[in-house]
Amino acid sequence: MTDSAKSVVVEPIFENNPIALQILGICSALAVTSNLEVTLVMCIALTAVVACSNFSIALIRNRVPNSIRIIVQMVIIASLVIVVDQILKAYAYSISKQLSVFVGLIITNCIVMGRAEAFAMKNKPGLSFMDGIGNGLGYSVVLIAVAFFRELFGSGSLYGVEIFKTVTEGGWYVPNGLMLLPPSAFFVIGLLIWALRTWKPKQVEEKEYELAPQNTSMHEAH
Amino acid sequence: MSSNKDSIQSTITVALLLCLVCSVIVSGAAVFLKPMQQANKLLDKKTNILLAAGIETKGQDVEKLFEQFTPKVVDLDTGRYVSDIDPVTYDQRKAAKDPKLSDALSSNDDIASIGRRAKYATVYLLEKDGELERVILPVKGYALWSTLYGFLALEGDGNTVAGLGFYEHAETPGLGGEIDNPRWKGLWPGKQMFDANGSLAVDLVKGSVDPASPKAVHQVDGLSGATLTTNGVENLLLFWLGDNGFGPYLNNLRAGGV
Repeated sequence: MTDSAKSVVVEPIFENNPIALQILGICSALAVTSNLEVTLVMCIALTAVVACSNFSIALIRNRVPNSIRIIVQMVIIASLVIVVDQILKAYAYSISKQLSVFVGLIITNCIVMGRAEAFAMKNKPGLSFMDGIGNGLGYSVVLIAVAFFRELFGSGSLYGVEIFKTVTEGGWYVPNGLMLLPPSAFFVIGLLIWALRTWKPKQVEEKEYELAPQNTSMHEAH
Repeated sequence: MSSNKDSIQSTITVALLLCLVCSVIVSGAAVFLKPMQQANKLLDKKTNILLAAGIETKGQDVEKLFEQFTPKVVDLDTGRYVSDIDPVTYDQRKAAKDPKLSDALSSNDDIASIGRRAKYATVYLLEKDGELERVILPVKGYALWSTLYGFLALEGDGNTVAGLGFYEHAETPGLGGEIDNPRWKGLWPGKQMFDANGSLAVDLVKGSVDPASPKAVHQVDGLSGATLTTNGVENLLLFWLGDNGFGPYLNNLRAGGV
């Protein structure tokens, strides 16, 4: 296990990406990536939750009884998610309306639970916080890439700014409706994983378990 | 420490303390942020009303723009204003679910598939120099996947559309979701809902409206690839402008006395 703060932040971005390599948190990657603005807010919300939950769980890791440790983690994560949801409703109302239930569903995002169980229970608060930031960034990189393609080809715009003039607006581009529907994210994520593993051949299947031994128990979830 | 922390006593202590701390944090956030959230919700509704009325809200003070409007509560059966309900606090969407404040619709009447209709509705009036300039009516109806919630703005004659907009729906993006498209919404202003005999004439047609047709003033282009959403919008208008909706109220309005 790495113990320097820098590698803990940088590694999950490409080397040990939570979505591309650990295949965690796919659900929200499908749901909230049809436009960039919403995706960015979701990424910030998730990164904040992972970092804070990792920090708080690491803080009390020596006091948590083994028999209820998962429940303790869930309670902390759920509380943080509710707080984030309330803050969004107060300060970013229109975006929180678009994200609707998906902010609440951060609770069930496997990345949060996965990092709590695999990292925060064994490491110091400061380092766990950095690990949360790193994994949040890894998640964000994939989500933003997916949202980039989906918004560009689905709506002909990026961050709400028109790039291709669509037919309904009197232009030439016929938007690809599939890109606006959640299943298209599967194709985009699949292609991204392909590209990533071509770039870093070390990530191809059988070595996966050697690279990320701390995550093996969470592999089957979602 | 490890044997100690797993004892029943410390398990219960940790669980209780954790619940206490978390509940304080959660309720603290909820209570502290509530005023701002409510203000947001209200502002959102006002923005939607203004957008339906065809008033641009970008970069403007929504509160100030909204002050021009007078909210009034209408009894849908008689079509007259009622004075004993406060239009600011009356919640029509909640009332539609309350058996005391709403009526169940028979399947023949219920063309918009809404199940129950509130007895009272909030309308918003825009008056200029004592003359009614615009009236905004809340509308809702089921389309393909979801209930559409929106506002229909009519000119003072109770016939000519000033705008139609939906603030809540879950139709397919790119198909039925195009009811939010500004270009499509731009087709509505100037259309007449009733013909010369006073009967409902609004019609959403497949393809494009033939501008030479004498009916063109009542017709609006349907959304391509979204027949069921288009039907939903048409049914919603037929219901809310009909006898079970705002029909009696609009009749009174045209006759000059509400």
